[in-house]
Amino acid sequence: MEPFVQLNGLVAPVDRVNVDTDAIIPKQFLKRIERSGFGQYLFFEWRWDEQGNVIPDFNLNKPRYQGASVLLSRANFGCGSSREHAPWAILDYGFRCIIAPSFADIFYNNCFKNGILPIKLSEEQVDDLFERTNAKEGYTLKVDLENKVLSDDAGLSIPFELDEHRRQFLLQGLDDIGLTLKHEAAITAYEAKRAAAGVSA
Amino acid sequence: MSKQTMFEKIWNNHVIVAEEGKPSILYIDLHLVHEVTSPQAFEGLRLSGRKVRRPDLTFATMDHNVPTKDRFNISDPISKQQVDTLTTNCQEFGVKLYDLNTIDQGVVHVMGPELGLTHPGKTIVCGDSHTSTHGAFGALAFGIGTSEVEHVLATQCLQQSKAKTMVIRFNGKRQPGITAKDMILGLIAKYGTDFGTGYVMEYTGEAIRALTMEERMTVCNMSIEAGARAGLIAPDLTTFDYLRGREYAPQGAAFDAAVEQWKALCTDEGAEYDSVIDFDVDSLIPQVTWGTSPGMGTGITSSVPVPENLPTENERKAAASALEYMDLKPGTPMTDITIDYVFIGSCTNGRIEDLRAAASVARGHKVSPNVTAIVVPGSGRVKIQAEKEGLDKVFTEAGFEWRDAGCSMCLAMNPDVLKPGQRCASTSNRNFEGRQGRGGRTHLVSPEMAAAAAVQGRFVDVRTWEFKSEVKA
Repeated sequence: MEPFVQLNGLVAPVDRVNVDTDAIIPKQFLKRIERSGFGQYLFFEWRWDEQGNVIPDFNLNKPRYQGASVLLSRANFGCGSSREHAPWAILDYGFRCIIAPSFADIFYNNCFKNGILPIKLSEEQVDDLFERTNAKEGYTLKVDLENKVLSDDAGLSIPFELDEHRRQFLLQGLDDIGLTLKHEAAITAYEAKRAAAGVSA
Repeated sequence: MSKQTMFEKIWNNHVIVAEEGKPSILYIDLHLVHEVTSPQAFEGLRLSGRKVRRPDLTFATMDHNVPTKDRFNISDPISKQQVDTLTTNCQEFGVKLYDLNTIDQGVVHVMGPELGLTHPGKTIVCGDSHTSTHGAFGALAFGIGTSEVEHVLATQCLQQSKAKTMVIRFNGKRQPGITAKDMILGLIAKYGTDFGTGYVMEYTGEAIRALTMEERMTVCNMSIEAGARAGLIAPDLTTFDYLRGREYAPQGAAFDAAVEQWKALCTDEGAEYDSVIDFDVDSLIPQVTWGTSPGMGTGITSSVPVPENLPTENERKAAASALEYMDLKPGTPMTDITIDYVFIGSCTNGRIEDLRAAASVARGHKVSPNVTAIVVPGSGRVKIQAEKEGLDKVFTEAGFEWRDAGCSMCLAMNPDVLKPGQRCASTSNRNFEGRQGRGGRTHLVSPEMAAAAAVQGRFVDVRTWEFKSEVKA
């Protein structure tokens, strides 16, 4: 996994609460057996109408948001299905950071497995970022994971919270299966103890 | 020893390594696998030269892509590839697969409990958010992403941070016509779709104790729609009676010994939860959703809400956008909403009791000429049982289509898909935009409410239903 340290990126807003994983990547695209290539289907039904025409009002279709790498949205982002295709699509499209007041648990967890940084801010801070993004074409945010600070060119500086283990995980781009396997002896001992106690499988 | 909740007991029984400042390493007792979220995980094992650590604790089936008519003929080549890939992966890695040739094949969360794989006190995961269903047995069961599927395949463990605990006390008694589905939909309509985020919910109270095992599964199934990864119900006689004699349940004396262990899992008297919610069941009425989030629901005697009357700007915007998508006018009585389609099935409501309940409403009636109605058993075993009881005849005589087991229209990864603009009364769990097909409009209801809507062609209060006890031969 690619480490995440710093990002200086264009912000694209998706101004909705409860953005669910069916919206992020509709089910007809879950049939692929690869991890790659999902970006073209991100927010598919919001980007294209039923005839395949571009929906110009949707922000990701606007020229000013092309090349965005920071996604700004509302509460309970990523709710619904556990499909990791959702973060795969977000990452493949080009986003590395998502900012919202809250995230659904499984989606939040899936982000870290893919080198995406989800940042939780207060409703007021998110409101403010929406205003700033809407007001200025080309609005960018600098995401400094080392120091856990978000900043912009206009002097905004917001510290954000993140579990230290998760921070290290992203900074170093760790392989967590490898980390668990370091405890191979403990896992084997646990299995032996349970088998001896007759705990059913 | 300090007093513990059931969640804490199960958690502590499974923590292998707990280091300060790091997630714990939690042992997983049962891993259920399906075709959609596993191919990349098996590929990951292959690329890193790893094996499945405990194939004996890993069970697979195909459900999402499976057609419910002419099931062996998967016409979509990408669907077929995904199903075939699961077969190949299970063969290569030695995982037990219940495929389309077995009667156990079905929706993975219907199949597991039926086989007796789901036991109190187990940790259970699956690459599917409705894994919360298994919490009905007092198992700690939650959905995971594909990276974690690979993690569990490789290590039989997960790195997990301990969740907070919440108790939902369902107080009082259900009135006639009120189902487990109404309990969970009512809860979510009141508290929203994210009040459970970060929590494991335990459902207690006399209304929970009174539920059958299958009804408990309906409640726990939709914990995720409240934001909670897992829901728990303490095991009791209902649980033990359900499990006794099932294929993977302990047998004979071992079963009795297991029951003693399972009883000890219950939350200690006086143990504290991080959050407490009391929910009154006495006054609950049949629920119908009107919007595009499971929390956008109301009672059948109410009307579509007026967005301007909602408390916050975000709620007003969300409701207005949902009503536009749903093509509903504020203030419309729920009983005035006409429908085109009915789907009875899914991991929420595709079990034998759900089909019995729907059949009792449908018996002797006819599906409205404006409605297409399908009944999809949750598994091959549910289908056989229903046919033994003659439920298939009740449905087909009433004009419902009787299908084979699968996820079907719950998420439309198979040929069962709504057309744009079609409105569906669905017993499934999600009413998201496009969930049942692009432009499709989903209203979540109980099996009884769905069957009644099929007959009337619009939503109807099932409490006023005319039940016909016999069909003329």
